[in-house]
Amino acid sequence: MVNYIIRRLLLVPLLLFGVTILIFGMLQFLTPVERSALYVREIPKNERQIEGIILKYGLDKPLYVQYWRWLVGTTDQVTGERNGGILFGDFGWSRTGGQPVATLIKNRFPNTLDLTLWAVGPVILVGIWLGVQAAVHHNGFADQAGRIFSIVGTSFPTFVFGLLMLMIFYANLQWFPPGRLSTEASIVVNSESFKTYTSLLTIDSLLNGRFDIFIDTLRHMILPILTLSYISWATFLRVTRSSMLETLRQDYVTTARAKGLPERDVIYKHARPNAMISVITLAGFTVVGLMGGVVITETVFDYPGIGKAAAEAAGQLDVVTVLGFALFNGLILIVANVVVDILYAFVDPRVRLS
Amino acid sequence: MTQVAPTGDNSLLAESISMRKIGRLERLLGPDNYRIVVGMFKTPASIIGFSLILFFVLVAIAAPLLAPPINPSDPYRIPRDGFRAEPQPMGSEWRVRQPPIPFWWKAVTGEEEWFHIFGTSQGGYDVYYGIIWGTRTAFTTGMIVVVSTFLIGIIVGSVSAYYGGVVDMILMRIVDVMMTLPFILAALILAAVLTPKIGRSLVPSILALVTFGWMGYARIIRGDILSTKERDYVMAARVIGVKDSRILFRHILPNAIFPTLVLASLAIGDVVLSFAALSFLGIGTEIGYADWGQVLSFARNWIISLDQYWYIVVWPGLTLVLFVMGWNLLGDALRDVLDPRMRGKS
Repeated sequence: MVNYIIRRLLLVPLLLFGVTILIFGMLQFLTPVERSALYVREIPKNERQIEGIILKYGLDKPLYVQYWRWLVGTTDQVTGERNGGILFGDFGWSRTGGQPVATLIKNRFPNTLDLTLWAVGPVILVGIWLGVQAAVHHNGFADQAGRIFSIVGTSFPTFVFGLLMLMIFYANLQWFPPGRLSTEASIVVNSESFKTYTSLLTIDSLLNGRFDIFIDTLRHMILPILTLSYISWATFLRVTRSSMLETLRQDYVTTARAKGLPERDVIYKHARPNAMISVITLAGFTVVGLMGGVVITETVFDYPGIGKAAAEAAGQLDVVTVLGFALFNGLILIVANVVVDILYAFVDPRVRLS
Repeated sequence: MTQVAPTGDNSLLAESISMRKIGRLERLLGPDNYRIVVGMFKTPASIIGFSLILFFVLVAIAAPLLAPPINPSDPYRIPRDGFRAEPQPMGSEWRVRQPPIPFWWKAVTGEEEWFHIFGTSQGGYDVYYGIIWGTRTAFTTGMIVVVSTFLIGIIVGSVSAYYGGVVDMILMRIVDVMMTLPFILAALILAAVLTPKIGRSLVPSILALVTFGWMGYARIIRGDILSTKERDYVMAARVIGVKDSRILFRHILPNAIFPTLVLASLAIGDVVLSFAALSFLGIGTEIGYADWGQVLSFARNWIISLDQYWYIVVWPGLTLVLFVMGWNLLGDALRDVLDPRMRGKS
């Protein structure tokens, strides 16, 4: 077990290095002047200044020098001020955001986290429930309905689904508006009396005792949560169903039935826990995958998270910002993947022995 | 027990084993692959899927007849009826610069003049025209991306499996790294980086989807080759002294590749979906180019009044969903056939 964890952890720096190389490689499509946004706020217009900047930050130096400077930044010899350096959390200046990329991420990420945390529960629980029902009623109505749902679900692009949801529940029914907060609620949130504890609005509103704000945030989050969830439901349904069917064929299930256990206990106490092993990996990767899914969902629902910021920056070809987001996302995903792998090894002994 | 003298024909054997007739296609593909092909056309779902795809193929081929372009050398530019921002309802008349009227128009609609069958989107773009010519865009991008990713996947996968050792390690770590970023985010970034260099066209998105799309195939093919390598006929070839490269390309690859080939060809649906997603986010083709994601992205500015302008979402959305669903239905049938637990059944 320890061996497995060590081997898995050793891979982390390698992956981190790989991702930085990948992103640095994409930066090379930019001209040196464009790349100066990694270090300075204003891209100078004057040719002299441009030359000065390129010289100062070594934007015409060999690639390995540039890569190193990108990692650790440059220190001004006179003032001792450091510029750039992704290792120190300086991802450069966001043209579209009008602030440092790191600040932009810091402001936007809690919103995304809030959304994904709320989506995880429904995604996993509903998905597994659907899959178990389909397997238990194999070839029955629930199974066929599940099959149709999973095909239709995987065929529905998130943005089409999102737009249709908005059409029905916002334009027609006026139930669930897009965005983050209603105007009245955002006045309260931005006022002095509203204390920020976690930056997650749903939790903060409860901690402040403002239940109305909590309801307001949920009203804005229900449609995005649904949009993030339905594709995962389809995948969960499939995996849980096939894993459950496999388990129901095992001898110990037959034994349990032969002992005269009620079918409920056979399914929920004997079969389901064992069928969950392969579902757990999927659950881990789904949580990770939600982070990728937010780009489109947040854009459709005008929800101010990092996904929307990344899409906006990409739309305006603000490459430094987009790559900053990619880097941040990459870091999170690498760590999350390791955690999932290790947790999985705890659950399933076959993994750590191979 | 009575003894039967050998007669020299196989009728007794045939009766006891009940020989199947082996058709030409089965001979050509081999029993396993033949089972895959047949299995894909057996269930009602897969037949529906196949019909949907066939329908879209016909639409793509007949695009110049269904929606004749104003300028035949530039058919992918969606014609505009003026420059009004608000969408125009379905069936409203075409006032400015009508495209040529197709021969079936009067017979089907009973009208002399063009009208907007599915309405117009923001800026007077005709939704119907965008959907029809968008079908061609979908097939073009889908096929280019699928073929390229598949070829890259085969090359990397077989090199990795063939050389093994350090080469395998390095290539697979590269695959790991490239799979770290979520696919759509990675493609979005690369497309955004490439667009200023190449200009707005299909190319940046296609390049981005190819760059981050091949890794799955490389992994699958590598695994398939590694398992095919252990088959007896490979051992037999090795024993009689066939060269390694010949074993790889003549014995292993043809036997390992077929399931992946079929899976890959069915991935066109997913590719078109990702491409549309990039277009929807505003990356890729220039505004007014006939692709479904772009037509849908016009709706982003009219969310408050979608109850009134529903046709700018529903029609292009439905088209995209049906297209992807066609491929998914076939893919679903294929997965059932490929599932080893199903082998020997049906």
